[in-house]
Amino acid sequence: MASIGKPIDRVDGHLKVTGRATYAAEFALPGLVHAVLVQSTIAAGKITGFDLAAAQSMPGVLLIITPDNALRLPTGKGGSQPVKGPLLQDHDVVFNGQHVAVVVADTLDRALAAAARVKVQYRRDEAVTDMDAVLAQAYVPKSFRNGARPADSRRGDPDTAYQAAFAKLDATYVTPIEHHNPMEPHATIARWEGDRLTVWTATQGISTAQRTLAGHFGIDPAQVRVICPFVGGGFGCKGNTWPPVTLAAMAAKMTGRPVKLVLTRAQMFTSNGYRPRTVQKIRAAAETDGALQSLRHDGFNLTSQAMLGEFSEPVALASEFLYACPNVAVSHKVVATNMSLPTYMRAPGEASGMFALESAIDELAATVRMDPLAFRMRNYAENDAHEGKPYASKALMACYTQGARAFGWEGRAAGTRATRDGNVLVGWGMATATYPTNRQSAAARVRIGADGSVLVQSGTQDLGTGTYTVMSQVAADALGVPVSRIRFELGDSALPHAPVSGGSSTVPSVAPAVAAACAAAAGKLRDMARADPQLGWGDVDASSLQVQDGAVIGPDRRIGIAALLARHGQSSVEAVAESGPGDEKKRFSLHAFGAHFVEVRVDAELGEIRVARYVGAFDIGRTLNAKTARSQLIGGITYGIGMALLEETHVDGETGRIVNANIAEYLVPVHADVPAIETILVENQESRSNPLGVKGAGELPMVGVAAAIANAVYHATGVRVRKVPIRIEDVLGSA
Amino acid sequence: MLGATVTGLALAPQRSRADDTSPAPAPAAPVRSAEAVDIVLQVNGSPLPLTVEPRTSLLDALREQAGLNGTKKGCDRGSCGACTVHVDGRRVVSCLTLAVRAQGKAITTIEGLAVNGTLHPVQAAFVAQDGFQCGYCTPGQIMSAVALIEEGHAGSDAEIRSWMSGNICRCGAYPNIVAAIRDAAQEG
Repeated sequence: MASIGKPIDRVDGHLKVTGRATYAAEFALPGLVHAVLVQSTIAAGKITGFDLAAAQSMPGVLLIITPDNALRLPTGKGGSQPVKGPLLQDHDVVFNGQHVAVVVADTLDRALAAAARVKVQYRRDEAVTDMDAVLAQAYVPKSFRNGARPADSRRGDPDTAYQAAFAKLDATYVTPIEHHNPMEPHATIARWEGDRLTVWTATQGISTAQRTLAGHFGIDPAQVRVICPFVGGGFGCKGNTWPPVTLAAMAAKMTGRPVKLVLTRAQMFTSNGYRPRTVQKIRAAAETDGALQSLRHDGFNLTSQAMLGEFSEPVALASEFLYACPNVAVSHKVVATNMSLPTYMRAPGEASGMFALESAIDELAATVRMDPLAFRMRNYAENDAHEGKPYASKALMACYTQGARAFGWEGRAAGTRATRDGNVLVGWGMATATYPTNRQSAAARVRIGADGSVLVQSGTQDLGTGTYTVMSQVAADALGVPVSRIRFELGDSALPHAPVSGGSSTVPSVAPAVAAACAAAAGKLRDMARADPQLGWGDVDASSLQVQDGAVIGPDRRIGIAALLARHGQSSVEAVAESGPGDEKKRFSLHAFGAHFVEVRVDAELGEIRVARYVGAFDIGRTLNAKTARSQLIGGITYGIGMALLEETHVDGETGRIVNANIAEYLVPVHADVPAIETILVENQESRSNPLGVKGAGELPMVGVAAAIANAVYHATGVRVRKVPIRIEDVLGSA
Repeated sequence: MLGATVTGLALAPQRSRADDTSPAPAPAAPVRSAEAVDIVLQVNGSPLPLTVEPRTSLLDALREQAGLNGTKKGCDRGSCGACTVHVDGRRVVSCLTLAVRAQGKAITTIEGLAVNGTLHPVQAAFVAQDGFQCGYCTPGQIMSAVALIEEGHAGSDAEIRSWMSGNICRCGAYPNIVAAIRDAAQEG
């Protein structure tokens, strides 16, 4: 009967394969008109004027919004999230591709055509477009981790230990600007009815969108409804409520019409964040036996001008706890440039930071002539020395051993350039994965009908992560019914609140709420049964009554839910429950773990690098659905392959313009780039992390992929590449 | 498994009012331009009369005018494959196809693939193998896959990967998509 853990098909699969899943841009409203953004062509300066005559005279054009006529938004509001602009409230330009106008027309073609005819005059200022050139001006972020902790930390004396140790590494690692590029471009439909606003928007956080829009328009959150039943991929770029959402609502208010605003693919590169470039300096040292003695990890990330907000990439946090090392120091600084505001991108912090750390660990292992896996096992951390706490659970050793066995790691040649297959150099690499287990407060409502049907609702999101499916499973098991009896609804701010789907926190946050609401509803049924004189269960302990298979089952007999409800004159029973973090974060260090093993094949003459074979073993706690979990894992690994070998956003230093703002020249993995991937879910059942013992699986699997591949490239070619993406030219000549 | 339904359809079905409480906005027929062309497309076996401009892509005609939103816009530049449809049995990217040039041809979209509610074998295989996550690239993947099998390009995993490489899946469901196509090809 239990469905949790089973590889059941997605409950929304039928809608998705038939094209009937409705994404934000696809809601049909009568009178809908189209808005298109116009973006700046300079990176710094001031708008001195617009020439709108040509655009305004084009057929179908209804309105052109510029800073000259834009609605004035209340200042100091909408501050529930870090994005401050640009919202057409002034004439300043602080990055190339900044929204400077919105054209509204009766058809999409006409809005696009008119937007191309808007002419903007600027006074151009000097722009900072090269982070590395101004690295010396890096500063400590004002609000690292939202002020939850300082940007740096230290234990022991890393510098003295470094000087004294046998094997030393002092290296700088660089990761580029990367863009999320979900397949669904960001889209919003906005409609006002009086002072009530409804938006259909592609978002990872309907609650945040509701609060932000209420703040921007000076209305109560209750006057804003946000609807988003499907998200066509987010990866972080739909986490904040970015300016286009507000601009769509502004256009709807100013035209009095429902407005649809869909970003073009090019606009996706300057409108909703990106993974910032990082420069990471690592200084580490080990003894001859491989014992880590000292680790310093200093991270710098590119950010925007402060007026847009602040974003700090927490690259060095894993270095604080991942290995047993007595002397550790980390720091984080940001570098302001004339680029748009960066944001979270799949495994923010860890994805970039673990490329550096896990490359450095591989380098140290090579220096002391140890197998990279043995080196990691030698420095295995049984406890979190940074937080001074035990792990709630940590099955990393099992990930290492099970992954290594499946891969055949024991057959790895010790030296580099040791394995050749004709003209191809073969290399094996590995790396550790880790990602925090996050949980926030969430609520859910359950209604059990007389016909045995169950409606479960929570204002959460499904980004393709399987929320619809796994929450249906949690409810089904909690109520002892098949998954097919459950209808799970999400994606509407009118439903009980749930947190933003970020930080792999949806399952750890929402699943306990769903379970609690189901338990509360079942409790009401039990109480009803105990209060029923005809059943004679008045003295029976509530715990000996079970709700299962559409009935309440007592010691001697059962009563169908329908009959029970009818006897009480009710058509349904309903319960709402809220569930949030307890003291687990005070008592334990909460993380998911994993291990990557990869074979790369490098053409010795052409330098072409191919990922040939992949094994990933993961401790994600309890697995709710083996099928959707595996999809998360292979998806994360694929995202990591992109980071390792393909993805990089190029910025023209002269203009600050992104020159590959399209999905043909911003390379992402395609079918031919991805081999068969073996995934292993390491058994780990616990309830210390949260009531269901779930750790989240969306981000973990991409952490460490880039390092594993870089380490494999080193093993194949003897060339250590300390930046991603690793390209042909980086290994050319290694033959 | 499919007994569970989801919020989206209940809240606002395509081609209908998003909810019943809204006041009727001002009449909003687009201004007819001098270049407007009246055309009839054959979509999923039925005639579809439309008024388009010469520049209107088949993709925008399907999505913005016909309400056939199953065909997705991912890049609008022919780079991602999300808008793949069949035109006279060939897979084409509808974002780089002008609607006016599609007249007189048989157009099949994802909405036309299932027959009387029975999933096409490729659709069923995608569900069984979890050949998607967010679902946005899925209609394009499926339309490509159906054509690929008919082209005889599903002979091996390597061949499938090569001939499917015009369809990007950012969620990274590729191994599952390949498995789904392999299954569907063997079944057929």
